[in-house]
Amino acid sequence: MDFAFSAEQDALRTTARRYLTDRLPLSRVAELADSDAGWDVASWPELTALGWLDEELGPVDHAVVFEEAGYSLYPGPLFASLALARPAGYRGAEPATLAFADPGRPATLAGTAETTCRAERYGEGWRLTGRKTFVPDLLGAAHAVVLAAAEEGPGCWLVDLRAGGATLRPLSTRDRTRRLGELILSGTPATPVVPAAETARVFADVRRAARAALACEAVGVAQRCLDLALDHARNRKQFGRPIGSYQAIAHRLADVYTSVALARSLAYWASWCVAERDAAADSAAAAAGAAASDAAVLAAEAAVQTFGGAGFTWDSPLHRFYRRAQWIAAFDGGPRNQRAGIAAMLLD
Amino acid sequence: MDFRDSPEEAVFRADLRAWLAVNLPADWSDRQPNVGRYDVAFAREWTAMLHAGGWTGLSWPVKYGGRGLPLTYQGIYLEECARADAPDHIGPIGLAMAGPTILTVGTPAQKQRHLPKILTGEEIFCQGFSEPESGSDLASLRTRAERDGEDFVVNGQKIWSSYAEIADWCILLTRSEPTSSRHSGLTYLLLDMTSPGVEVRPLRQMTGDPEFNEIFFTDVRVPAANVLGAVGGGWQVAMTTLLHERGTLGFALTVILEKLLNRLIATARTVQLDGRCPAADPLMRDRIAGLWIDLQGLRYTNYRALSALLRTGAPGPEGSAAKLHWSEANQRLTSLAIEMMGAGGLLDGTDAWWGGFWSYAQLRSRGNTIEAGTSEILRTIIAERVLDLPRSR
Repeated sequence: MDFAFSAEQDALRTTARRYLTDRLPLSRVAELADSDAGWDVASWPELTALGWLDEELGPVDHAVVFEEAGYSLYPGPLFASLALARPAGYRGAEPATLAFADPGRPATLAGTAETTCRAERYGEGWRLTGRKTFVPDLLGAAHAVVLAAAEEGPGCWLVDLRAGGATLRPLSTRDRTRRLGELILSGTPATPVVPAAETARVFADVRRAARAALACEAVGVAQRCLDLALDHARNRKQFGRPIGSYQAIAHRLADVYTSVALARSLAYWASWCVAERDAAADSAAAAAGAAASDAAVLAAEAAVQTFGGAGFTWDSPLHRFYRRAQWIAAFDGGPRNQRAGIAAMLLD
Repeated sequence: MDFRDSPEEAVFRADLRAWLAVNLPADWSDRQPNVGRYDVAFAREWTAMLHAGGWTGLSWPVKYGGRGLPLTYQGIYLEECARADAPDHIGPIGLAMAGPTILTVGTPAQKQRHLPKILTGEEIFCQGFSEPESGSDLASLRTRAERDGEDFVVNGQKIWSSYAEIADWCILLTRSEPTSSRHSGLTYLLLDMTSPGVEVRPLRQMTGDPEFNEIFFTDVRVPAANVLGAVGGGWQVAMTTLLHERGTLGFALTVILEKLLNRLIATARTVQLDGRCPAADPLMRDRIAGLWIDLQGLRYTNYRALSALLRTGAPGPEGSAAKLHWSEANQRLTSLAIEMMGAGGLLDGTDAWWGGFWSYAQLRSRGNTIEAGTSEILRTIIAERVLDLPRSR
């Protein structure tokens, strides 16, 4: 039993922290969030140069990357590319995403058989017709892996979003650093990537990878909120003393620390289980996902309260972390769905 | 990062599992007269078997009766005991508090005298720290130890001492310099509970059971050779004890929670007296899953702390967070069990599920946020020592 990261993973973390702090400080993240694009497209080749997109990186390496991306609130299609499109069969260096949800259906990774998007043969190739919604980082992606149903059953096809055959509509999203979009396909040319026989297995892989990644990202979000709150509590004085000396403040932050500590343990465990295809991987990813998104929301709300009026302003970075925490908490059915899966494992 | 057993650990785990399968009476817990409660006779018998099997003192030095293995093996031992629903060693205070403190600061004679017998169960320890006027504020304690020739003479009173009714020895924190105050002038003694002048009076807990005690000391003579650490240096020794209590107890606490969660799942699957099956109720299912997540969070936080401990050699204050979270999870779990049973939760004793197991466990859990550091004290420790917030006083 060894819980420690390798020297290479420690170095990856140090480099990631330095790059994100220098290149994308919170003031810059706020500018980007309020911009039309929502992210700095020039950061993508930099991430590639840093090695974050290397095929050789496994889920435990990704754990480090996602935790740091959450800590610095990296705005860009990193999660969509690495934790959604990749496990769904995408093999490319450009940003990509996964379009799995259909309008009027539960936006989860479980309902592959229910998709109303159609795939039809057209000559040597395929064409897709239908609508996909709640697509993460759609406007930042160059390609989308799309869940659709052919005669043989549900499968995945790759669509080149820049070829002009699909309509991309941004959805007005609370978290401006991870926007959702609607993808309208009308006979759009597509390349098959996941055959019907593989779809259930692939979506189970996607769900595990996405939950583990978001758990690590949520731990980063929670840790940053805690760090910001602690810094304020040590320095802000009222009644002649730092407010962190008051137990009403200190004990709440101690609870946040405890939640983050447990969530971090679960997120690392889940990442290892996913990497090793361990028998506990589904349960571990669900547990980590639920605990970490709860911890991130708890930490963000505690931080806002600790900052008082300043924490409630638009200029504070806290609402941006809070929105991201809530984005994570709503993805794929959220903690409620994750706990339902664990309950089925324990009780049925 | 690797959560698998090493080949050596896998062999150890398989041996232990096989040993438990052969030696542990399958129905031991159901045979107890008071389900879920401490059974001294069985604990003595079981401790002797554990020791004979070589399963005690796994991480203690070989020359004091241990096996000299890394702490990881203690974690495996506790996991397998939880899986088998095995009972505890009879001397948890000796194993988790007195023993590690003696190992850290004891004289060679003290180590030789006490450590092997803690492992065999021949010496059961109790803890004499809290006093009626000194609870969370331990440094205000007043029990006196006055030097008289080769002895210290002890007068005073301790309270909330679990196991004192069966203990052979007491780790006793006293004030040896009458004019001293707070953290100075304290001396840590190893006191023979059979000494003249020691009187143990049971206190009844809200469960109805007398599981802790008051200890009264009247002119009790303790040889100076039984001072642990330096005369006047008792506070530092006591902090060593508490660090170990909160540092290494995490695994043991997780085991308790795991055993209870297994029973909770069994209860949830049972048709209750009002005809309902809790496992069919989505709200109950959500909360059961939440407790399973709590359990895994504690388990892997223990592992993470253990990894750090193996690198640095001493438990960090992070153990306070594990104890804090465990105690509240345990309270949620046992309250959920009572709620699940519906009207059946009103029963205790013979008419209740498994002889009133949950009735006892739920009431007992209210002590968890008080004993071994109240949740308020633990939050303050986390705030000041882990999070580096300014002191509150």
